Amino acid sequence: MKLAQRLYLPEVVSGLVLTAGHFFRNMGAHVARALGRRDARGAVTIQYPEERRPYSPRLRSLHRLVRREDGSPRCVACMMCETVCPARCIYIVAAEHPNPDIEKVPARFDIDLGKCVFCGFCVEACPEDAIRMDTGILEFSSYSRGGMIYTKEMLLALEPATGDGRPTSPVPIPPDRRMPAP
Amino acid sequence: MATAAFVLIAAVAVGSALGLVVRRNPIHGALFLVVNLGSIAALFLTLGAEFLAAAQVIVYAGAIMVLFVFAIMVLIPGREETGPDPQRPTRLLALPVGAVLLVLLVALVAGGGAPRAAGGPPAGGVEAVGRLLFTDYLFPFELTSVLLLAAMVGVLLLARRRA
Amino acid sequence: MTAIADLGIAFGRVAFVMLFILNMGGLLTWVERKQSAIMQDRIGANRASIFGFRLLGLFHPLADAIKMLTKEDFMPARADRFLFQLAPFVSVFFGLVAFAAIPFGDTLRLAGREIPLQAVTLDVGVLYVFAMLSLSIYGVMMAGWASGSNFAILGGQRAAALMISAEIAIGASIMGVIMWYGSLSLQTIVRGQGDLLLGWIPAWGILVQPLGFLLFVTAGIAATRRIPFDTPESESEIIGYFVEYSGMKFGMFAMADFLETVVIAGLTTTLFLGGWQVPWLYAEGFRFPWGAELALPHLLVVLLQVGAFTVKVSLMIFVMMLVRWTLPRFRYDQAMRLGWLGLFPLSVLNIVLTGAVLLLVGGPA
Repeated sequence: MKLAQRLYLPEVVSGLVLTAGHFFRNMGAHVARALGRRDARGAVTIQYPEERRPYSPRLRSLHRLVRREDGSPRCVACMMCETVCPARCIYIVAAEHPNPDIEKVPARFDIDLGKCVFCGFCVEACPEDAIRMDTGILEFSSYSRGGMIYTKEMLLALEPATGDGRPTSPVPIPPDRRMPAP
Repeated sequence: MATAAFVLIAAVAVGSALGLVVRRNPIHGALFLVVNLGSIAALFLTLGAEFLAAAQVIVYAGAIMVLFVFAIMVLIPGREETGPDPQRPTRLLALPVGAVLLVLLVALVAGGGAPRAAGGPPAGGVEAVGRLLFTDYLFPFELTSVLLLAAMVGVLLLARRRA
Repeated sequence: MTAIADLGIAFGRVAFVMLFILNMGGLLTWVERKQSAIMQDRIGANRASIFGFRLLGLFHPLADAIKMLTKEDFMPARADRFLFQLAPFVSVFFGLVAFAAIPFGDTLRLAGREIPLQAVTLDVGVLYVFAMLSLSIYGVMMAGWASGSNFAILGGQRAAALMISAEIAIGASIMGVIMWYGSLSLQTIVRGQGDLLLGWIPAWGILVQPLGFLLFVTAGIAATRRIPFDTPESESEIIGYFVEYSGMKFGMFAMADFLETVVIAGLTTTLFLGGWQVPWLYAEGFRFPWGAELALPHLLVVLLQVGAFTVKVSLMIFVMMLVRWTLPRFRYDQAMRLGWLGLFPLSVLNIVLTGAVLLLVGGPA
């Protein structure tokens, strides 16, 4: 080591100068921001729930089931996604569709998000473009395993995200996280 | 007021001294000694000897006893150390030594050993203590430093042999 | 009547010091979070809110207190029950009382009375603060021993060893200041710093004792047991003497750390940064070296002095926080080596140098 390093003190001082420099630069930016300069940023932090980092359109987020114009699912319960799913997290029960032009409709379409690996195979396998992973929602949690199972109704209610990945529909709250009715 | 303070502090001092002797647990004993030294310092304070009180706390309670407690913590005594003392008979020596101390104390108190009132700054002030140390008590003071030096050399020797 | 007034004044002096140090200590939890955040390009704790008001995260200390008071107060089965309970109180107690001898202002003349702005007027103020600092280690050692945990004992031992090596350096490094100003009374030392060097530079301790200042601050930071001297705590290896504590008892150890930071900052201010002195401010007003004068009423002067003391203490705390969030932790042996082979010999050198200068050049008088 050089003498300056062995003495330790010069190195301490240079370190303190560095951190103090950061402090005063950031403090100045914070003050400027408080005084109205919106472009001054004193921190690189993103205030997460309110601010979100823009996501890529290719991001695979929470699934949604695409609706037809009458609101019924576009899905025809062909079981392609259930078959291709490596995690076996999709469970479909097929039923007859009242419209004779459409072969089938899912009576149940459950995705167990506790098992899902977000590989996106279901989206690729779907012949009807009925399932997509473009909601931009990444926050799903639950107090129980059962709460991680999202049903057809929950998945149908979701909307696609905006261009920068901002979710447009509220995060579905699983039943076990809802406040008990008074 | 002064008497009440004295009685209170003296009671703490005697009580903690008793605790030091009676407690089996070495850490408890050491902590009792700290309380004892602190109450003696408080007694010094009531006599107006602020410097002595501060020195007592810093040197004894703050430094020496910290080392004591540190040493006890390092050599956490096992069962063999806290069991019956193999050299129990030597404890009997405490009786004659204690008796001599008692006689000395009684003789001192009976002989009217009232504290001498010194002129100038109050006795126990920094200046008074410093002046005494470097005039009347210069020889014992220097002797103490020689003693400390000898102890330090001894420690160095012991530490070096181990390494 | 006068007896009641005297009692009231004594109470007021103690209350001011208590509130000063307690509020500073409480505020430091916020300062630590925010300052470290700003130093690291972050924002820092800002979520605690009351009715939606966040006030830059100022409610976080409050939220912390509520959280710690409502947590389970756990005691390990093998703990020494009495000492385990006592330890946090001892820690906080000595941190609190240490500030008593530090003067926060000159004498206040009010309604024909002379009130010294200091909780306790002591002729040996330096030694008193020093003694209380050295006793504060007992809380830590008791905690380490009484927890009945090996990690806690390791922490207690490290704290004791660190404290002794820091204390020796503190004691030796303030000796130069005591020699220069010729007193053990903190108030006298601060008054001595009101003199001028060469007719215009305030004779603050940092100017006449630069080496002493450096050594004292280093040893003082070691005495607070915070990074870079946090071997007793070492949260990444042994967690330290308070491993077994929970709830507010744990909080009290954290508080004791902050209180000691305030005490060290206060002592540094008093000894080296001129205490309550404002440059060129005298009892009757400003008297600038270039000849200008500005007479001020007595109350305003006292307020300026108390304000200056607070600002200096805050500044010193800022520097200590800066050090705490910049340096990595010393290894145990490095800390010992620094204390015994670095700080202590240099402090002795400082004493010798100060003595030589005093003999050859003559002191401030």
